[in-house]
Amino acid sequence: MKAGMKFTLKVWRQKGSDAKGKLETYELRDISPDASFLEMLDVLNKQLILTGREPVAFDSDCREGICGTCCLVLNGQAHGPDEGTATCQLHMRRFKDGDTIHVEPWRAKAFPVVKDLVVDRSAFDRIIAAGGYVSVNTGSAPDANSILVPKQDSDLAMDAAACIGCGACVAACKNASAMLFVGAKVSQMALLPQGEPECSRRVLAMVQAMDKEGFGNCTNESECEAACPKEISVSNIARLNREFLRASLCAVEGKAGGEGA
Amino acid sequence: MTLNSHVPDGPLAEKWDKHRFGLKLVNPANKRKYEIIVVGTGLAGASAAASLAELGYSVKVFCIQDSPRRAHSIAAQGGINASKNYPNDGDSVYRLFYDTIKGGDYRAREANVYRLAQVSGQIIDQCVAQGVPFAREYSGHLANRSFGGAQVSRTFYARGQTGQQLLLGAYGALMRQVATGKVTLFPRSEMLELVVVNGQARGIVTRSLITGRIESHTAQAVVLATGGYGNVFYLSTNAKTCNVSASWRAHRKGAFFANPCFTQIHPTCIPVHGEYQSKLTLMSESLRNDGRVWVPSKADDTRSPESIPEGERDYFLERKYPSFGNLVPRDVASRNAKQVCDEGRGVGETKLAVYLDLRDAIQRIGRRTIEEKYGNLLQMYEKITGQDPYRVPMMIFPAVHYTMGGLWVDYNLMSNLPGLFVLGEANFSDHGANRLGASALMQGLADGYFILPYTIGGYLANASLPAVKVEQTEFKAAEKEAADRIQKLLAIRGKRTVDDIHRQLGLLMWDRCGMARSEKGLLHAKAKIPEIREDFWKNVTVTGTPGEFNQVLEHAGRLADFLEFAELLVEDALIRRESCGGHFREESQTPEGEALRDDDGFSHVAAWEFQGVGQAPVLHKEPLQFEYAKPSQRSYK
Ligand SMILES: Cc1cc2nc3c(=O)[nH]c(=O)nc-3n(C[C@H](O)[C@H](O)[C@H](O)COP(=O)(O)OP(=O)(O)OC[C@H]3O[C@@H](n4cnc5c(N)ncnc54)[C@H](O)[C@@H]3O)c2cc1C
Repeated sequence: MKAGMKFTLKVWRQKGSDAKGKLETYELRDISPDASFLEMLDVLNKQLILTGREPVAFDSDCREGICGTCCLVLNGQAHGPDEGTATCQLHMRRFKDGDTIHVEPWRAKAFPVVKDLVVDRSAFDRIIAAGGYVSVNTGSAPDANSILVPKQDSDLAMDAAACIGCGACVAACKNASAMLFVGAKVSQMALLPQGEPECSRRVLAMVQAMDKEGFGNCTNESECEAACPKEISVSNIARLNREFLRASLCAVEGKAGGEGA
Repeated sequence: MTLNSHVPDGPLAEKWDKHRFGLKLVNPANKRKYEIIVVGTGLAGASAAASLAELGYSVKVFCIQDSPRRAHSIAAQGGINASKNYPNDGDSVYRLFYDTIKGGDYRAREANVYRLAQVSGQIIDQCVAQGVPFAREYSGHLANRSFGGAQVSRTFYARGQTGQQLLLGAYGALMRQVATGKVTLFPRSEMLELVVVNGQARGIVTRSLITGRIESHTAQAVVLATGGYGNVFYLSTNAKTCNVSASWRAHRKGAFFANPCFTQIHPTCIPVHGEYQSKLTLMSESLRNDGRVWVPSKADDTRSPESIPEGERDYFLERKYPSFGNLVPRDVASRNAKQVCDEGRGVGETKLAVYLDLRDAIQRIGRRTIEEKYGNLLQMYEKITGQDPYRVPMMIFPAVHYTMGGLWVDYNLMSNLPGLFVLGEANFSDHGANRLGASALMQGLADGYFILPYTIGGYLANASLPAVKVEQTEFKAAEKEAADRIQKLLAIRGKRTVDDIHRQLGLLMWDRCGMARSEKGLLHAKAKIPEIREDFWKNVTVTGTPGEFNQVLEHAGRLADFLEFAELLVEDALIRRESCGGHFREESQTPEGEALRDDDGFSHVAAWEFQGVGQAPVLHKEPLQFEYAKPSQRSYK
């Protein structure tokens, strides 16, 4: 057995979306270095429950870094100190015995707090609903190998498609911009022949939806890429900007030609 | 009551076509007047909801997570099978059918499995058209790899994130229908009751996980796609919110539960390492394409793996099963891992692990290629264990992973309750006693994209469905039942946490009803579960109030259902006095320790009818007939 570790946690507590929140301090001891960060919070909650206090509300589900549910800001960093790692994959061995850790929710106007460390990210769903797909009905697809896709394009599309929709990009950005999230989906589709026919419509609709949700502008700080647990590249934002520009120009021409966009 | 599977007559290969032609159609103009409830947004639920809305039905969709995209299907890693035969290695619909029936140890319905194989190719077409970035060759064609229980390469994949990419495709299709207004979405909503009116499923009662509000929803048909019940074992590869509640609530209202003891233990998971541990992590079966499984030949060998010479290593799967080697099916691989650990040859701190070694593959095809194929899996391994799998052999051990059992459905995917359809892992259908790798994703999408959209039309066109209202007694009674249960949970204020009791149940299930089961162990579990249940209702503590975001309350409700369900699982295991697939009864084995089936006694589906908590359930048997794939002792030698 490895020796247990001690931590001081400063955790954001907030009753509900309209309530005022504040940081509460908790002391933990005897935490295994092999425990994950969320398992450490489970231990804290057990202590709270057994002493008649409200446990800390936090979201998680798969606990292996793929569902995108967990979303904690640790010592000011979205998903904590490790690169390419979601909160649930972070382990306590990454911290030093005796460390003080600040635990807070995503902070962004478009992601209101539900309770404690839980936020509402439905804005992302609405952006996808605006156009983040290929409009193909069930049953109308040709044989899969009739659409050839160069391996490089397919790999790049997969790099972008790896986004787990956690929102760390928004949380890490001082403007709370969702450009990396939107850029990833627009890029995936723009890189594939299947996505091509709807390219213009898609990017315009998604960007419009993004603006409507109250996400901020991108000022090229690249904090989003640094925080992304799937290491999605900011080059997807550049591609989004190109696609948007092209679509906007085409839309103007399209209108002149009586075609609409 | 006799169970009618409604499998159509005629030759196997023509059944589905013939059946589809025989189904009455709903007039397209009338479809929007039909409201359909879909519970669950995993591969099965999302694909069904999107396809139904495309056809014109009005669909209401519910899920526990904050977004439909986070359903547990997102975590599937390795791949999805289809009999495309792109590699030209001899695959066909018939071979996929045959492998799946045999893989399931002859405990699935032939007609269902054949249909699954038939539509498998269309699934890949559909997903590619949606922009799912499957792995490709340099030529631009789709790539394939091999999974256990097959000697052809028929698995399509998107790196180690196949489930994610397939789910995002289905989620996109779903969100497109949300935008058209044909789907109304209710995320963070948990189904607490099924509502049955005049013998037909006509709605559900839900709780908003944000406000705690309890409300009713009416429909002409209810579709459950609520996933598997692996978390009855507490530690499993399933996500934390996976549960049996939706199925169990339907079962309590009359839906039969089939083969609950058919649970799958996956051979390659990261071993348990501490008491605080909240879940187990899968290392995809695809790693067995290149990884070799071994333990030291001698018991209690404490040398580090690299210092054990080749001659003192036992590659036990390759030794015992030369033709399938490391790619034997999951039940066989798991059982063998347990066996070598029982012999004292397990490795690591707990001695409950075997090596999965990539050394030879790295030498053969290079680290780059290995990285490309499994990069994210190996990275995940390193994050969890702190060890570098490119240098040190991985340590793995079996863990609960998938549940073949589920609500009983007929060929139309309808339960014995008219109007209640069950899809994906939540039904019992196609995998018999053991699921082959890469076939759950296939089944979920087959059910949702290509089967339910037809069969539900056949039901709606024929059924007499008088209007129902949320104000009527059946709905009010169901709402009251749900609310009362919540009040009761909150009133206990005992001394044990929900998690603590869940762990206790899980450990008992794993010890007595896990990889090996015996009459003695099962009887012990059967006696013990009601005690734990009683303790739960006396001693659990649930904090907070009903009308708020309350995760302890959510968990308590799910555990309450697991505590009833566990008893049924054990009962099913107890009366199935044969070994088959993942259900290994110690009393029934061949001299070599392989599972020994008893076809005369048990070639049937065991479908259970609820009689009340603590009351003996009633067993109904659906006999299984094998006209094409004749049952034989499974051999992977
Ligand atoms: C780690 C892992 C890896 C896997 N890899 C593979 C693989 O490579 N290939 C393969 O074929 N299979 C794989 N599987 C199995 C496969 O992923 C699952 O069987 C399949 O995805 C289940 O899909 P589903 O749609 O039936 O259910 P799920 O995806 O589990 O979805 C269930 C849905 O129901 C909702 N729900 C549940 N209960 C309620 C309720 N009471 N009220 C409201 N909503 C509810 C949930 O919110 C969710 O939306 C893997 C499984 C695991 C755990």
